[in-house]
Amino acid sequence: MRLETLTEEWQQKIEDPNFGSVADWKERTGGKIAGYFPVYTPLELIHAYGMLPVGLMGAGNALEITNADARFGSFICSITKSTMELGLRGHLRLFDAIFFQSICDTARNLAFLFKRNFEPELFVEYIHLPQNTNSEASVDFLVSELERVIHDLEPIAGKKIGPEDVRNSIRLFNQNRVWIRELYRYRKQFPHKISSSELAVLLRAGNFLPPDEHSLLLIQALASMEERDTRPRDKLRVVLEGAFCEQPPLDLLKALDDAGCNIVEDDLVLGRRWFEHDVPLTGDPIRTLAKNYVWDSRYSSVRHDSNSDRAEGLLQKIKRSKAEAVIFCIAKFCEPAYFDYVLFKDALEKEEIPHLLIEFEEKMWTFERARTEVETFVESILFD
Amino acid sequence: MEQQNKDHIYQGQMHRLQKELMVRWYTELDRAVDEGVPAIYLMVSGNCVELLRAFEILPVYPEINALQLAIRNQSLPMLLKSEEMGYATDNCGYVKADIGAYVYGNKTSMGTRLPKPSLILCNYVGCNTYIKWFEHLANLTGAPLYVLDIPFVRNNEPSEQDIQYVVCQLKELVQLLENITRKKFDAERLKSCVTQAREAEELWSQVKNFAKNKPSPFDAYFDSTTMMGPLYVYRGSEECINFFRITIEELQERVRAGIGVVPTEKFRIVVEGPPPYPHFRVFREMLSHWGACAVASTYSTVGGIWEFGFRHDPDHPFESIAEHMLNHNAANRNFLQRYDQLRRYVAEYSADALVIHSVKSCRLFSAGQGDMREYFTKELNIPTLFVESDLEDPRYFSPAQMRNRIDAFFESLEHKKYFKATTAGGTV
Repeated sequence: MRLETLTEEWQQKIEDPNFGSVADWKERTGGKIAGYFPVYTPLELIHAYGMLPVGLMGAGNALEITNADARFGSFICSITKSTMELGLRGHLRLFDAIFFQSICDTARNLAFLFKRNFEPELFVEYIHLPQNTNSEASVDFLVSELERVIHDLEPIAGKKIGPEDVRNSIRLFNQNRVWIRELYRYRKQFPHKISSSELAVLLRAGNFLPPDEHSLLLIQALASMEERDTRPRDKLRVVLEGAFCEQPPLDLLKALDDAGCNIVEDDLVLGRRWFEHDVPLTGDPIRTLAKNYVWDSRYSSVRHDSNSDRAEGLLQKIKRSKAEAVIFCIAKFCEPAYFDYVLFKDALEKEEIPHLLIEFEEKMWTFERARTEVETFVESILFD
Repeated sequence: MEQQNKDHIYQGQMHRLQKELMVRWYTELDRAVDEGVPAIYLMVSGNCVELLRAFEILPVYPEINALQLAIRNQSLPMLLKSEEMGYATDNCGYVKADIGAYVYGNKTSMGTRLPKPSLILCNYVGCNTYIKWFEHLANLTGAPLYVLDIPFVRNNEPSEQDIQYVVCQLKELVQLLENITRKKFDAERLKSCVTQAREAEELWSQVKNFAKNKPSPFDAYFDSTTMMGPLYVYRGSEECINFFRITIEELQERVRAGIGVVPTEKFRIVVEGPPPYPHFRVFREMLSHWGACAVASTYSTVGGIWEFGFRHDPDHPFESIAEHMLNHNAANRNFLQRYDQLRRYVAEYSADALVIHSVKSCRLFSAGQGDMREYFTKELNIPTLFVESDLEDPRYFSPAQMRNRIDAFFESLEHKKYFKATTAGGTV
């Protein structure tokens, strides 16, 4: 299948506010659905119960916000409002549970608004992920938190599971991350073979698929890329940073490509790529997952890591991907990204790495300004 | 004439003593710069200051420094400085004012100096911005950072594992403090600090209870904010206890004399959200103009909720410090628990209305307050006023708009009260 056909088909699915493909899965398998708000959630546990973990990423431009504005008011990011709107308008009825995590103040309050407005029909859970990675008790605490998730999932799934089930899910998600890494490696090497919006679609397809099916999709996409007859263009190699939660509109990514960027690294859909290395299949799988979260997570604006510097993480990423510049692509009102921007920017300036800040929101409809801005930025570097 | 006397008595001992204590604290911090006394930066909400006191470490509260800048109309240049450094207009104003002030020489609104931190201690209680703020301060100052991770209240009560996790971190912190001060941890000293904190908590609860009187002898939003200074800065010391003893004497006197906050207490309100510090007095006047007096507020419980009975326990200092940080402060409790707290306030303090002051800076407080309004007006039928500005940034306060909204609300409330009284056959 041609890559265009594949990504067009999936673009429709990920932009569908009725979650049609998820509904199909539910009907086909009779399984339960657990949605999760970005960024990280223990996908392996949800999957081990035979449930489909579905990554919620707002509603893009597909839903008019008529009710949620009044619940949240000004100065709140779009993903929060559109997720609330999805709930208020009944679009989440096919979900059996929704998980929120301790990523920011807004997402946390959203979790409790969900509880008030949608329980008991929808089960809502808030997971506290540890922000101290240095305490002797961090892993134990996260184990207890994951056990709480298990306690939640058991009655919803209507079954008990054993360590082998979790291990099997870990294995499938490990494989899935291998294919995602392969996709990124391939793009780094042949950035002309896939556009950044196509890559975003392929990643986001994973939000709606079991890991093994997503891996198959990626394998198929990689084969289509090989066959693609596109030629390399002289573009600027760029790292896109700051869109770890709310996702930039696909048209914005297209505008960046058109403006002369080869995005070689990014932090899109970060939750699906959270672990840089495979999660070991030995030992107690719950403890293994907890250890991996505490000690082997990727750097992220929503997690404090006492042992490593986030700005250093960005610099490493730039080096590894041989990027020449960074574009900060930040959702409007995203406070974690705004804060990190200052530290990142200082680190880049010390290293004399050029950077540019652009903001986006779900309801953005004109991309000309962003395109012109990025174009000027790219030209100033390429023709320097 | 009589009214003048009342006003005179009203701005009495408590306010004077508060000022003295705050000046004394800033003087002490200034002296610490020269004397090299160890100082630790930490947050106000649900903290473990008792542990620092046990080591004779000075606490420095960037939040208090930031709000002092705002209330003295000095925040704007600091905010602009931060924005110049790359902070967004939509970043928390407290952080920006504090960072700006640091860059401008780390001085307080009174012009006194602040000591360099020996440790940046981020007591992460609910507010994610705390982590960012302190990461940035650690970056600027070069001081080590310790994030004391406090699991958020997910299910109304913290679990046994939550408590163990926090106690373990507190004990790890003790080792850090031993290294910083080169002193051995003294369990008896901690016990004594916790005992003193407990006593202050008891007195503070008594103070809050006075607002149940009609008229209330103090404003439980604006005056409570004033009292929060000594409560946070001196909790765990004798000064704090003295302050509240004197305050209570004053309040008793006012209750005996039937002196309220406003000439005639017409409306008893519960207030949600931090105050607009850059326009503190103006905002207060807009409300008192209508004879409105706050009888309870959630903002006065960010550092601790003691009026419902929780106290530190000298026999279990670590566990009770952990419980306080986890469960007994407004910041680490979930949004729906705040609804409960407000509902309880309205009932127990016989309030007529809820006023939500939604601040742009603090999403912990403000994200979702529209839903809160929906709940109180539609489901509980409690008149609710929703106004927006900021706690630090003077640019987000529009006096005319604010006054209009407040006037319209109280006009309608007055009408409703009148209507209720006449239809109930009562007299007005």
